[in-house]
Amino acid sequence: MTLLQQIALVAGLTAVTVLSRNLFLLSRRPMPLPGRVKIALRFAPAAALAAVVAPELLLLTPLGPPWVKLGAAIVAAGYFFARRGILGTILSGMLAFWALGWMARTWP
Amino acid sequence: MRAVSLGISAWGLVTGVAMVKSGLSVQLALAISLFVFAGSAQLAALPLIAAGAPLWLILGTAFCVNLRFVVFSAQMRPYFDTVPRLRRLLYGYLIGDLNQVLMIRRHPHPTGSPEQVHYFIGVSLANWVAWQVPSIAGIVLAQHIPGSWGVAFAGTLALLGIVLSLLADRTIAVVIVVASALSAMLFWLPLRLNLVAAIVGALTVGMVWEAWSNRQLAAGNTVLDGTKP
Repeated sequence: MTLLQQIALVAGLTAVTVLSRNLFLLSRRPMPLPGRVKIALRFAPAAALAAVVAPELLLLTPLGPPWVKLGAAIVAAGYFFARRGILGTILSGMLAFWALGWMARTWP
Repeated sequence: MRAVSLGISAWGLVTGVAMVKSGLSVQLALAISLFVFAGSAQLAALPLIAAGAPLWLILGTAFCVNLRFVVFSAQMRPYFDTVPRLRRLLYGYLIGDLNQVLMIRRHPHPTGSPEQVHYFIGVSLANWVAWQVPSIAGIVLAQHIPGSWGVAFAGTLALLGIVLSLLADRTIAVVIVVASALSAMLFWLPLRLNLVAAIVGALTVGMVWEAWSNRQLAAGNTVLDGTKP
């Protein structure tokens, strides 16, 4: 990336955060949220995040066979549903990732 | 506050490490952490930056991920009614997942009193520090972690945790499944346009599903009421 591209990236992302966090604080008077917009707002973050995560887990696996990342993700999801902590979810997933990666290298 | 800020700090550390480990320079990662201040949008942008996706797609995806902040800003508006606009925007910049939840739990009924505003400033600054310090530490430390450890995967796991935490009802589950399937199946599209297709497709299915299940519910109610023939 050139310096100009990097500046454009930081400026663009900053503008996106400022705009999204202040959209309803900008106006002089409070505005109500229309119902249909509320539905889209509820779904969009989940859709965007899932669309980013899915290929990372299912397709992009340069460090081993595909089941290493997928298996680690299943362990992390299991921890999340049992205990609900982001720290434990990341740690359990990383431990499973290393264990499964070691297994994949040891028994090819 | 301490228990949740531990989670925020872990998430900040992972985001800092993941940014450098996915190929950003330390300077660029520092600038993003300090100015952008939006963990899930930052993590979501990483694979797109690494794949050389066009800027509009990176910003569009970040905006979709950030749409929950639009809801938060609408919720926070009544608390800041008496605050002048410029200062209101400064407070708005500090809105995050943690301080928004704490604010609504502590002050469920906005009165616009200075006490409520001061509470917001307090938890928001604590949230900012709990996020930025580990994030910057992660950025600086990342270069000493060997690439073979694959710690960038921790960023993907953090995103997975956020997706699962958004799983509030059956409609959102459908949205997540459709978005994941479309994004993976259309991965061959250039410029990571699979994201656009996945988001648009999942939102359409979600809206139709919601409308359909509402109608089912309404139909079920009239039968149970027995008021209509």
